[in-house]
Amino acid sequence: MAETAVVIGGGLVGAACAEMLARRGCRVTVVEAGVVGGGATAAGMGHLVVMDDSPAQLALTSRSLELWQDLARTLPAAAEYRQCGTLWVASDEEELAGVTPKQAAYHAAGREAELIGAAELARLEPHLRSGLAGGLRVPGDGVVYAPVGAKVLLERAGADLVRGRAEALVPGGVRLEGGRVLKADLTVVANGIQATGLLPELPLRGRRGQLVITERGSDVGVSHQLVELGYLKSAHGSDEDSVAFNVQPRPTGQLLIGSSRQFLQPGSPPTSGDLDWPLLRRMLTRAAEYLPEVARLNALRVWTGTRAASPDHLPIIGPHPEREGVYLAVGHEGLGITTALGTAEVLASQLGGAASVLGGYDFGLTRRSLKEVTHA
Amino acid sequence: MASEPLLTPDVLVIGAGPAGLTAALTAAQGGASVLLADLNPGPGGQIWRGLKAGQGGEAGDLLRQVQAQPKVQTLYGAELKLVETVQGRNRPERVAQFGTPGGARRVQAGTVILATGSSERFLPFPGWTLPGVVGAGGLQAMVKGGLDVKGARVVVAGSGPLLLAVAAGLRAKGAKVVAVAEQAGVGSLAAFGLAAARSGGKAGEAAELAWALRGVPYLPATFPVRAEGEKQLERVTLRTGRAEFGLRCDWLAAGFGLVPDTRAAALFGCALGSGGEVQVSVWGATSVPGVYAAGELTGVGGADKARLEGFVAACAATGQVERLHDAPRQAESVRSFQAALGRSFALRPQLARLAAPATIVCRCEDVPHAALQGCHSWTEAKLHTRCGMGPCQGRICGPATETLYGWRFSGVRPPLSPLSIADLLSEPAPISPLPASQEPI
Amino acid sequence: MPEILLNGRPVRVPAEVTLLAALHAAGYGSTRVSLSGERRGALCGMGICYECRVRVNGTTQRSCLTPVQDGMRVEEVPNGL
Repeated sequence: MAETAVVIGGGLVGAACAEMLARRGCRVTVVEAGVVGGGATAAGMGHLVVMDDSPAQLALTSRSLELWQDLARTLPAAAEYRQCGTLWVASDEEELAGVTPKQAAYHAAGREAELIGAAELARLEPHLRSGLAGGLRVPGDGVVYAPVGAKVLLERAGADLVRGRAEALVPGGVRLEGGRVLKADLTVVANGIQATGLLPELPLRGRRGQLVITERGSDVGVSHQLVELGYLKSAHGSDEDSVAFNVQPRPTGQLLIGSSRQFLQPGSPPTSGDLDWPLLRRMLTRAAEYLPEVARLNALRVWTGTRAASPDHLPIIGPHPEREGVYLAVGHEGLGITTALGTAEVLASQLGGAASVLGGYDFGLTRRSLKEVTHA
Repeated sequence: MASEPLLTPDVLVIGAGPAGLTAALTAAQGGASVLLADLNPGPGGQIWRGLKAGQGGEAGDLLRQVQAQPKVQTLYGAELKLVETVQGRNRPERVAQFGTPGGARRVQAGTVILATGSSERFLPFPGWTLPGVVGAGGLQAMVKGGLDVKGARVVVAGSGPLLLAVAAGLRAKGAKVVAVAEQAGVGSLAAFGLAAARSGGKAGEAAELAWALRGVPYLPATFPVRAEGEKQLERVTLRTGRAEFGLRCDWLAAGFGLVPDTRAAALFGCALGSGGEVQVSVWGATSVPGVYAAGELTGVGGADKARLEGFVAACAATGQVERLHDAPRQAESVRSFQAALGRSFALRPQLARLAAPATIVCRCEDVPHAALQGCHSWTEAKLHTRCGMGPCQGRICGPATETLYGWRFSGVRPPLSPLSIADLLSEPAPISPLPASQEPI
Repeated sequence: MPEILLNGRPVRVPAEVTLLAALHAAGYGSTRVSLSGERRGALCGMGICYECRVRVNGTTQRSCLTPVQDGMRVEEVPNGL
């Protein structure tokens, strides 16, 4: 068993891996170029959601939700963990019909999922527009304020935090900008889209998202995280820019409104801050189609972030096939917060720890589905 | 959703203080159509707040000249919300969206002159969140807006020549100015007095102020350490050297210098300098082609600097090169005054240590000093404590945290102030031709 | 003199002043409660700090930037908002 580890990336995935490694007796150093939890961890919606686009995804997200429910018992208030549940919304009978197999899949994975008709939907979420067909209620889902989650896990890991940018992997460790070299038995690469700077062969593409948060005290009360069933088409569909209805209630009474996807042009910087206003308007228009009162709310802030997407929409977790001692934990796309804990568990079992229920799935870099470009 | 037509001037000037008014006039004199936008209900910015066309003096003259220009349109009560870049006929242009009392207005212009001025730096100390503790410029602005201070006891504190102007103004409105506490020491103030006299024209102003403030204790090397009161301010404790003394008062008007308001510049993508000011060339050009900056925005230096820079930037922006001959001579005296300001009123280190652990630093989210001390950067503080996530988006706590913890404020995001999603979604109607009238819109 | 409705009460206020000045004249030095329950008053006077925000005819506005108008309905913003 490794005695020392360096984790590159102080986001939620890196923090979860660090905490797991520390629990296994490792002395952990975390390298973070910016603020702990300040990258994609801060930019995203912090949703904890079970998704069933593939059996592996369903298993990874379900197991991760179990781990989150466990961890939640000891998270501080500042982590804002709420088990508010998700309501997948069907706009018409066709979408509603597609919910039945989804419900079956969730049940098979041990997750509660309840079919909701139009009347019940209106009762549960009175601010949704009338005329929606119903949906699927997943009460075990939730939200968390991820930057604090990352901070808490890092603190629990007792990790040494090195503020600096990783420049290159070297045998037995990593070299930082400025020349400092950190050596360890294990190197875990967990720095999201920036990982392609260290390992250009990683099949990751930046997929930008934009979000709007409203002012406190929105009187448009929303109880569940609301997502349109068309979300999957947006998330796993073609490469075109796409939007999907996705609204999340925050404990502050603010509403977090998403979501959009846009592949970055090759050559453009991965963390480009420029907003795409036409795409943002499309996203808000979509939101207003489901939640009409959104239009009279005030936007407090708009921002953008970059998801690291792999060709099969599954993260890459596992040993690097060529570099000894290097493990990968990247490519989580829009599910990084959800699956950070499952990722750490997969990594643990790969390092010789207890077998995980996720052991039957291949998340490694050499899996076949990474080499095929898949469209849903 | 229908909305007002898109405005398409040649030049958009944001800010109608000394720099913006001068820039608008200068650009219009060169034949450009100008849209002059300002947050306040009328022109003047902060230093000339409440400026009316009938007023005498340099400010009144300037306003009358601007109003006499048919190609200058004004848009008051206009708050910049966001900026989008669109493809113009031959180059990128900016579409700026403003919130106004009448709804959203969009302005598309190839050339933009930013003259958004400066705002006060607030520093936290125990009791600073009590009603009655206000900014120095803040109280002045409130009084100009009609706040009645007749007979009220006021302590003016903090730093900078602004304190004297505020104290004189308050006295003229019937307030009892109990003391003016300037944190800078006697030596610094003397040096400043010399520099100001050398800058020309300031000796007369200084004499007027001295007369207006006769009998008011002016206390150098003195600063507030505590404000107290049950439901509102009742007294302030000042410290000078090792001595502390209390003063009963109804208002504590405390401002610790001025900071350039660079948020609009950040939206346009302009690079900032090490002091947080907008970086400009000698002609006022920012790092973004087509965007210029003038006045306090490029460094706090007073109305003369603002007027000069407004003139220079507008000439450069509209190709009126021949008019720039005069500029270099005036620039030197203005620059030396600006440098003297910076030196003389530098904040003493004790001011960064006034806050107690429980003292609120971020007023919007009620984040105390104790929660922030351990953070390493503005962004970390924001993400981990919510500091700066409230309505002011860091405009009040940003400068405070720079002084207290040495952080550099960063991360301006649109909208600059809350904007209804309906307004964000509204599309501008087809372009309307620029009307000949001078009426405010 | 204009009359406004202040938390339901009709109050006469000076004309041609900001709502902030009018509220002060009517005895309201504080019009907001902070997130942690502190009473607050205006700070910056120029629309930056949002401490002076009140509900005017149903929408939240900064009283320092709002000219007073006859018939305005003014209320405190609900606690912490």
